[in-house]
Amino acid sequence: MSMVLQIVVCGSIVPDPLQTLEPVTTPAGPGLKNEMMLPAVLDPWASHALYEAANLAKQNPGSKVWLVSLGPKAKLQQVMMTVAQKVPFELIAVDGPAGGFTEASQTAAALAEAIQAIPGLDKSRLLVFGGWESASRGAGVTMQMVGELLGIQDQFQGVDEIKLQPDGSFEVMERVEGGRHQISSCAGAPALLGWATGNLPEPKNNPQVGMLNMRTVGPALQKAKPFKPAATDVTFVSVSLPKQVRETRIIKDKTADEIARELVEWIKQ
Amino acid sequence: MDQILFLAHTQENGLLPASALEALTAALALKSASGASELVVGLVGASVQAAADQVAGCGAARFLGVAGAEFSVARYATDAMAAEAICKASAASIVVAPGSSRWHRVLPGVAQRLGGVADTHLTGLNPSGAGGALTVARWYYRQRMEAVIQRQRRPWFLLIDPGSQLAYVGAVGTATVELLPVQPGAAQLRTAFKGYRELSSGVQTIRPEAKLLFVAGAGWTKKQADGQPHVKEAETLILSFLQTSRASLGSSKSLVDLGGEGQAVLSFLTHLNQIGQTGSTPRHPKGLSTCCHGEEPHAVGWRFINERRAINLDANCGWARGKADVLYVADAFAVMNRVNELLAAK
Repeated sequence: MSMVLQIVVCGSIVPDPLQTLEPVTTPAGPGLKNEMMLPAVLDPWASHALYEAANLAKQNPGSKVWLVSLGPKAKLQQVMMTVAQKVPFELIAVDGPAGGFTEASQTAAALAEAIQAIPGLDKSRLLVFGGWESASRGAGVTMQMVGELLGIQDQFQGVDEIKLQPDGSFEVMERVEGGRHQISSCAGAPALLGWATGNLPEPKNNPQVGMLNMRTVGPALQKAKPFKPAATDVTFVSVSLPKQVRETRIIKDKTADEIARELVEWIKQ
Repeated sequence: MDQILFLAHTQENGLLPASALEALTAALALKSASGASELVVGLVGASVQAAADQVAGCGAARFLGVAGAEFSVARYATDAMAAEAICKASAASIVVAPGSSRWHRVLPGVAQRLGGVADTHLTGLNPSGAGGALTVARWYYRQRMEAVIQRQRRPWFLLIDPGSQLAYVGAVGTATVELLPVQPGAAQLRTAFKGYRELSSGVQTIRPEAKLLFVAGAGWTKKQADGQPHVKEAETLILSFLQTSRASLGSSKSLVDLGGEGQAVLSFLTHLNQIGQTGSTPRHPKGLSTCCHGEEPHAVGWRFINERRAINLDANCGWARGKADVLYVADAFAVMNRVNELLAAK
């Protein structure tokens, strides 16, 4: 017996990790140099959450996946050209800044509002997914706040696996210290899961899925609700790149035995 | 003036984990610098007396606790109840807590519940920062830029990154703990703790307390001088080294991802070993990278390693040039084989 789920994935966009990033001061606070010009990708851990959501929905016929994504509309459109080819979902776009210096509580409020506005949302079937940290703010706080705003008390972070049972309950595997996983069982939806890498590889591009998704992506972008962060209490005293460059001593002319002896001595110090 | 709460949970033996003792150091420094502020210790666990006694000499004005079987393990709903009760009872405006997986899961939500704010992964606190006010330092964009911030909003939850502070050392004593009545209902007990799962390979390769981080790169699985890959030999060399040196194992993303591409992989590696952009940035005094390649951002995985050495066949590799203290241009198979022999002989 399968369970019909409503899976909402929160996933924003971040600069392509291979880009050089440089902080700059803007009238709205810190930002990135040429931020709007930087190629963007769906946040890596949120991507894993999306793939896991799609897999879960596939295993439970009748289930549906929404991707709630907050970012500048133009950048979202660019990123969706790729993401939409991966797995089936319906996009809910929120048009606003996706940078790491945006206040997490405001982002959480915008995401929670967008989720609550989903027509036909049934909390008894609701699983809220997201990455356990973003690659921008990297704080790992937003999802918990979204959960609180939605009144969800069963929350899990650093999730690598979910196993749904026929009765709607599920088992979750979360990362904890020392390379271990904590296993918990939950009575069922509603629940919130902040994903780590999970177990699924990145799906290959599927043009048919892309065509289906793009039917809703365009309209979703058009009706994206604007999000303008309000003034916050935070003051950025400084934002800087690490300046330390090490003077690397390059050793080319030693034998393996000599290097090994030097390393063992260093390790033992 | 801020009221400071040091908020911690016990570990399985009833005592405080090292990360909590580090956070206590930060809380005490904050209290000391802010003069008349009072420090309150808040503890959550199956029983909190042993943990309170462990830090009885820290100078706290009060010890608050939430104890019981329901609080013995990490669970969002019950941990949130306990933390919320302690925060309210202490009237704390600043909450200093360890950035453990348990607290990281729940305290941002508690901050939201209390109308406060949480900052995590803090690596530095300056009680007398800009304008004489508290400033905290944390990294953005996956350890690629560091920001120093101040906040007006309270309560302000500060989660201290493990390994970034010295652990509190003080006399053990007998603390008087005020236990708060917190009774979870059915709504808070929908989630049940089932246990812990070790790595599927059964090999312990992640050791947060290790003095050395050994970083394995994708080069270990590539073709060697004889034109063939030697993955089994690489596994033996690495595992032997980890066993004798008691080092912790990190790996590059590319090495972990090889499995998904159908290529030969080191059988004991999982995504939990992954360091860098989409992995962890562990803290160890020393790091030795082998067969690692790539420029930033791949190298952020050893941002917080103090002394760094690398073995690589490419003298110009961006992973090591400017980022390592010493780069040995050599065959890692040969060097590590000899290192293992020397370590075994000692």
